[in-house]
Amino acid sequence: MPNMLLDFEKPLAELETKIDELIKFSKDKGIDLSEEIKTLQAKAETLKRDIYGNLSPWQRITIARHPERPGTVDYIKMLFEGFMEMHGDRHFGDDPAIIGGIAKFYGEPVTVIGHVKGKDTKENIARNFGYAHPEGYRKALRLMEQAEKFGRPVLTFVDTPGAYCGIGAEERGQAWAIAENLTRMSKIHVPVIATVIGEGGSGGALAIAVGDYILMLENAVYAISTPETFASILWKDSSKAQDAAAIMKMTARDLEELQVIDEIIPEPLGGAQKNPQEAARTLGKSLQKALNSLKKLPPEKLLEKRYEKFRSIGQFISG
Amino acid sequence: MLKDLFRKPKYVTVHADTVKKDIPEGLWQKCPTCNEILYSKELEKTLKTCNKCGYHFRMSARERINITVDEGSFLELEADLASANPLGFVDYPDKIAKAQEATHIKDAIVIGEAAIGGNPVVIGVMDANFVMGSMGSVVGEKVTRAIEKAIEKRVPLIIFSASGGARMQEGIVSLMQMAKTCGALAKLNEAGLLYITVLTDPTTGGVTASFASMGDVALAEPGALIGFTGSRVIEQTIKQKLPDGFQTAEFLLNHGFVDMVIPRQQLRSTLEALLELHSTGGTENA
Repeated sequence: MPNMLLDFEKPLAELETKIDELIKFSKDKGIDLSEEIKTLQAKAETLKRDIYGNLSPWQRITIARHPERPGTVDYIKMLFEGFMEMHGDRHFGDDPAIIGGIAKFYGEPVTVIGHVKGKDTKENIARNFGYAHPEGYRKALRLMEQAEKFGRPVLTFVDTPGAYCGIGAEERGQAWAIAENLTRMSKIHVPVIATVIGEGGSGGALAIAVGDYILMLENAVYAISTPETFASILWKDSSKAQDAAAIMKMTARDLEELQVIDEIIPEPLGGAQKNPQEAARTLGKSLQKALNSLKKLPPEKLLEKRYEKFRSIGQFISG
Repeated sequence: MLKDLFRKPKYVTVHADTVKKDIPEGLWQKCPTCNEILYSKELEKTLKTCNKCGYHFRMSARERINITVDEGSFLELEADLASANPLGFVDYPDKIAKAQEATHIKDAIVIGEAAIGGNPVVIGVMDANFVMGSMGSVVGEKVTRAIEKAIEKRVPLIIFSASGGARMQEGIVSLMQMAKTCGALAKLNEAGLLYITVLTDPTTGGVTASFASMGDVALAEPGALIGFTGSRVIEQTIKQKLPDGFQTAEFLLNHGFVDMVIPRQQLRSTLEALLELHSTGGTENA
């Protein structure tokens, strides 16, 4: 599958094109160039490891925002069977920026909820670029409470730049919707597993990510805001986003160190978009393992551990 | 001498008489909405509200506590809790040190036990003068400890919010304080205890989107700016001007997000009445 290339991948792509040309040339002309080709291929391997093994936070952000990166809808197709989508928050409307429903995961019914961005401009507009409104968070909460009623585990997928800021969102209580989710989710007595698959931005991400176990894809990011907003708030200059990304500690490894997430899911070299099937397989295995261990916990123990997980985050000096 | 012509003349600096009329600082303040000149002593009497247009000036945490709780009843908790630097953010320790020096508090909230009209409460008051009243680890931890203290003592909780939102310099750790405080509030709810949230100017961002909006009873001061996203960001996003009165306490009352908008002069008596209504009665099978 031809991938849309990110800037830092271009030297590698050029080298690979050169190799392909050389192979074709040697075949067409019947000249033996195998030594040269081998040397270049070795060089390409080194370059590949060099580029993808040392990704800067900003480069990871560009991977996390890659238009071909698998999103919630793709993972639903690859990891779940018989997904039935449920719509609406029963108060105002249905938010296409958050999808939710019931499906089978390794044969067991679960509730699946996740942010959805678009794959192209048309879908992006329809999905509001993954920026949810209050009705999106309220739909998510409704489905979680329904899952609790029927004893179904909840699996959420986080992929949003943030909660939407607009007149309607304020009028319908964006802050109240998020706060309600944070409060209620701490008491949902079925296992809740959240996976940050792309961008995890601000309260809009957290509003579906108060879980017992938090997974994060290797190239996903999770932060207080997008680096653009961060730069705009602190330095009044959103063009300093790359500088912001460098200090925000938003990569999976940073967040594991800060004990905000529990597990990093390795991605295919270059990112999940290079091989979505492989990415899904790896994620699926970890999800299954996490779910099996959480199901063994009695509800009160589950809630106690979930509370402690968030209760213990914070760094301060006493006295 | 001729060369004296080229010598730079020497001037003597004579200090102007320092008989500048000595106006003590802060003797008067100008009302930002109606421009009325208000004498500080008068302002104290009106609890820092403009006697012409009713504008409510922002208050420090200490001032707020003084006008809210019974005299001598306040017992401060966790006063020494101070910020660390989880992201290793350059300048952050410096910014905190300066704010501590300017405000004489260690971070953007003061919490403690107190009584209001004889009713024991746990009270938390945010201070917008401290790094915009933003919530980082210390605010999150102190709010959580206040909630836990209320549960331990089985008394109502009152929190006055004033905040620009999350403390950006603490990054994701700030974000997680939202889940932490809300988790603690869920426990308070289970314990059947009253939580009154008082939204004061300004309450926005991650504080509105967590503990500040979860009160059993939500009060707001007149004209207070309350919302999720700041108006400048919304205007940039939607590329249009926001209507007058957007995100004010009155706007929220109209949209069903606060129970009452209460002028500062009546706030204490309103709290007293609410506490009184929740101090007796209630049956097991209600």
